[in-house]
Amino acid sequence: MTLTIPTFNLESIGPWITLSIFAIAILLADALSPKGNRAAAPVLAMAGLAMAGLQTVFCLWGRSGMDFARMVYVDNFSFFFYMIFILGTGLTVLLSLQYLKDYDKNLAEYYALLLFATVGMMIMAASSHLIMIFLGLEIMSIAVYVLAGLFRDDARSNEAALKYLLLGAFASAFLLFGMAMLYGAAGGTLFLSELPGRLAGGFKPLTLLAIALLVVGFGFKVASVPFHMWTPDVYEGAPTSVTAFMAVGVKAAAFAAFARVFFLAFPALQPDWTMVLWVLAVATMTLGNIVAIAQTNIKRMLAYSSIAHAGYLLVAIIAANQLGAVSLMYYLLAYTLMNLGAFGVVILVGRKKDSYLSIYDYAGLGAQHPVLAATMALFMFALAGIPPTAGFVGKFYIFSAAVQAGYIWLAIIGVMNSVISVYYYLRITVLMYMKPAEADLGPITFAPGLTATLLLTALGVMLIGVFPGFIYNLAVNSAKVFPGL
Amino acid sequence: MVVPVSYYLTLSIALFALGVIGVLVRRNVLVIMMCIEMMLNAVNLAFIGFADYFKAVDGQMFVFFVMTVAAAEVAVGLALIVAIFRNRATVYVDELNILKW
Repeated sequence: MTLTIPTFNLESIGPWITLSIFAIAILLADALSPKGNRAAAPVLAMAGLAMAGLQTVFCLWGRSGMDFARMVYVDNFSFFFYMIFILGTGLTVLLSLQYLKDYDKNLAEYYALLLFATVGMMIMAASSHLIMIFLGLEIMSIAVYVLAGLFRDDARSNEAALKYLLLGAFASAFLLFGMAMLYGAAGGTLFLSELPGRLAGGFKPLTLLAIALLVVGFGFKVASVPFHMWTPDVYEGAPTSVTAFMAVGVKAAAFAAFARVFFLAFPALQPDWTMVLWVLAVATMTLGNIVAIAQTNIKRMLAYSSIAHAGYLLVAIIAANQLGAVSLMYYLLAYTLMNLGAFGVVILVGRKKDSYLSIYDYAGLGAQHPVLAATMALFMFALAGIPPTAGFVGKFYIFSAAVQAGYIWLAIIGVMNSVISVYYYLRITVLMYMKPAEADLGPITFAPGLTATLLLTALGVMLIGVFPGFIYNLAVNSAKVFPGL
Repeated sequence: MVVPVSYYLTLSIALFALGVIGVLVRRNVLVIMMCIEMMLNAVNLAFIGFADYFKAVDGQMFVFFVMTVAAAEVAVGLALIVAIFRNRATVYVDELNILKW
């Protein structure tokens, strides 16, 4: 028996290695430094993210192919997502500094876990094999379960983490069972690129069962109805900075893997899965938007808003054309910016230990802190999809993709849902500008990290909204990895 | 004697279904986690059955990864249960209701 060791190039997974090394370095630095000195961890985390970003842009961008015995895709689709994850994590680090200090929880392991979760996301976006998707998903999820329970002595944080873990593990089991059925239906292969050929001659009911189970697993991670039950609870109970991270990073990673699996592995079965996803997308958008109207806790409202956004993103997957893939990438980038911005304002207004989380606490903000109110209004307009923000352009791309693919009704339902969403997003703006404050809001301390995040996200939302061309071209370039679309 | 793949599959589906029912009806967090483990083991069984049937080794590889990840997940889960028990002195999911379920 001959054993061949496959050749590989470590450079193709450079960002994963960089982030893992920095995460371990953060843990070591914390263990070796004198007690109470935690200044190094966020600096190291930012350095690691910056280095991974530079590697992605300068060493990797433009490459195409596979590496590590065909386990890893080295292509622009994954690199685009790498950049989204790095951006999201970097902004989360900036958001967290002051917030965690207020809770006296500025722990090194928080930053290490953020980086480990980012590595998991990258693995998901680049995987070409079902084992890799599962591993990436779990590396990300286990780190995020711990992050959600970071406030160990807070009963709400505990509860959120436990609910997330139980339902997450439950959904992972469904995803795995789907993979096992797919393995059987495909006659013993787990490579995404080999699946369509093998499935053509396979036993179709088994394949359909596998697809249904995969939809359950991914649907849970992206928080689509009817697998969304955990979202509001976990978003409300988890530390706000972790909520922001979950809302953007986890969702983006799950959508990257979702799109890759469904675009690459099941093109022949498109009529079967688009029908299911059509129903899910409509239910997700509608339920998310309508229930968000009834919320008075801002974190819960943003949780339902994130469910609704998962619905819009599902539309991009259903469209299953080049523009659909492009709009998915563009929208996830835009969503990362506007959602992190909105959560930044929530942290700022929430102040010491999240004491101001009701939406009525925003009354009178326009008079007392005009700049902060204007920033929040910008993020709310962006999430509602009002031009000239990035949210509008993203929705425009998604619904054009749906129309192009012939899903006229889906586009109409999507646009109607956007109109519903304007109600609850604008309510915040109305409260800020047109209602007097119920009580004196008191001083808001503008921590440098938070201010920088708000500035960057606000600028980003405007910039890629007014000049979408650059990102659009990058996304078009990346979507070429799906020649079948 | 060769065990046909349909036997593996039937057992695996039965185990998985039992696990799902357990997660849905039991109230004790520890039992729920055991039921999730049972679902994962049903998956392992299906993978091994198929790997044996198709003489393809990657199904067996997958099982190692599933077991490793399941162990990590349980470690985190038990840590969370300990943290909750310290704060609330309960392991029943229906008593964990500060956040609307």
